[in-house]
Amino acid sequence: MNAWKWLALAGALAAALLVAGAVRRRARDSAAGRRFLRHPASTPGVFVLAFFVTLAVAAPLVAPYDPDWMPGIVELQNRPPSRLHPLGTDIYSRDVWSRLVYGARISLGIGALAMLVAVTLGAAVGAVAGYFRRWVDAALMRFVDVGLALPRIFVLLMVVALWEHVPLAVLVLLIGFTSWFGTSRLVRAEVLSLREREFVAAARALGARPGRVVFRHVLPNAAAPIIVSAALGIGNVMLLEAGLSFLGLGVPSPAPSWGSMIFDGTQKMAVAPWTSVFPGLAIAVVVMALNGIADGLRDALDPRREAA
Amino acid sequence: MTSWLVRRFAASIAIVFAVVTLTFVLIHLAHGTPFLPTGDRPLSPEVIARLRAQFGLDRPLPVQYVKYVAALLRGQLGESFALRRPVSDALADAIPHTVTLAGAGLFVDFLVGLALGVYQAARSRRFADVALGNVSLFFNSMPTFWLGLVLLLVFAQRLHWFPVGGVGDPVLCPTVSSARCLADRLWHLALPALTLGIVGAAGTARFQRAAMLEVVGQDYVRTARAKGLAERRVVLVHALRNALLPVISLLGLALPFLLTGAVLVEWVFAWPGMGRLTVNAILQRDYPVVTATALAASVMVVLGNLAADTLYAVADPRIRIRSDA
Repeated sequence: MNAWKWLALAGALAAALLVAGAVRRRARDSAAGRRFLRHPASTPGVFVLAFFVTLAVAAPLVAPYDPDWMPGIVELQNRPPSRLHPLGTDIYSRDVWSRLVYGARISLGIGALAMLVAVTLGAAVGAVAGYFRRWVDAALMRFVDVGLALPRIFVLLMVVALWEHVPLAVLVLLIGFTSWFGTSRLVRAEVLSLREREFVAAARALGARPGRVVFRHVLPNAAAPIIVSAALGIGNVMLLEAGLSFLGLGVPSPAPSWGSMIFDGTQKMAVAPWTSVFPGLAIAVVVMALNGIADGLRDALDPRREAA
Repeated sequence: MTSWLVRRFAASIAIVFAVVTLTFVLIHLAHGTPFLPTGDRPLSPEVIARLRAQFGLDRPLPVQYVKYVAALLRGQLGESFALRRPVSDALADAIPHTVTLAGAGLFVDFLVGLALGVYQAARSRRFADVALGNVSLFFNSMPTFWLGLVLLLVFAQRLHWFPVGGVGDPVLCPTVSSARCLADRLWHLALPALTLGIVGAAGTARFQRAAMLEVVGQDYVRTARAKGLAERRVVLVHALRNALLPVISLLGLALPFLLTGAVLVEWVFAWPGMGRLTVNAILQRDYPVVTATALAASVMVVLGNLAADTLYAVADPRIRIRSDA
């Protein structure tokens, strides 16, 4: 690892600091923003998330080596952290730090995309169930009950077994399709109370069709719980992906997701703990940042909860 | 109340049935079959064909499904392909281990979680509260199996305080026959239960802290203070009792978390429970075991929810009014 790469790392830290500072300045201007800032974990959360997103975006600049490069599979495997390899090397002599940096792309990418799928689906189902009520609501919510009753990791294990090697895009969709049940319940509850409000009656009186009322009038007003559950959900999805990859069934091995890095490291955990410890730490730190941001957002978007 | 219970119970059975059907279809659609012409003693095609016929796998899927459900209604879970024994025996071996682990994990979870939550609420917004809040947020954010790996590395492989896995010493203590063997079991239980409990406790503490803070602002707490009761008594009796209500429902909802969390923790600690059984069965396409474990897991989850709802309805009569939702 040469001086330029250290400089790039410092640059990423500086960029994250700038982002956190900018968010603070912007947030200070509104009451909701100040409630967000009052939460002790929100600003550090923004900083940590910005740092890892910068790493993911600028991976080729920050990573000292190619994440799949194996310089010497026998003589250089499982080397402890050193100047050449700041986080050591793994069982195939690949640089752990480089894999961690490129892994941010896969882990954060899967988290964000799968959550996008889940939130879209959950919001749509919850809105339809809450707005139309009666048998639509009953049928959809019974389905959600089934979804919540099944341990998610069981379902994913079984569905992933449909493929020999599950493609990344499919993995994202599968995680998304199994993660929307909680969101749909939240949104339904919100929509149930929103649909009785005057602006909904006004929209209907103006002749808007049900689809337009739900998606243009009701849903935007239910944004607060959707945003909070999305922020929490990215973290949950990342943990889920890590669990699947840890069983060898998630992201296929040469691709450096943080979960598959832990999986690669477990066999030699006693000799080379750094191969599993650092990616796990990365997951914990990012998920903690996301949880902190979600807590802050909840305080910001729901003033009634402010007392807590 | 009774009709409400009956309705909830009927819905629960329907949910379990749906889960079993879904599992059956999914695992049968998975690529690969249970009997493969590979391995150290390859099976000949004739043997495979005979085995498939013996287990009825050569019939169309709908026929297999009807036969399976018919057997299920008679209480028969079938025969495991991989373990070469009745599925009910394999389940009977695995469930006690999972219940022990989940129970111990839940115990640590609520003991530590409640204590932390109450303490944090009493110190609200001061240094101890913020520090503990961040620490528990951190523990709540880590992958459970990774915490297990780290604990294993530190306390078993480096310090040798605890064993590296399994439920007990298979040579000296195959069954719990003496006090020494019971101690051996508890010694093996400690690390996996702590792993599950710590991650859960972090979440419980956050929840309990919020519940306490909500209650502390209520009039009856002020009344209790005005009567001159000791602060200790106000917090631990008057406030805590009412703040426990939401935690009851969390207890039921924690069950699926413990079961799914337990899948990976069982994997890490070589714990021969439901999680390990399920994962192995899915990987080996052991159809009867997969559907049976899904059945057992969904029954436990549904019962947990039902128990929580019932306790909740008993504790708070207002719940029942909109219980049909």
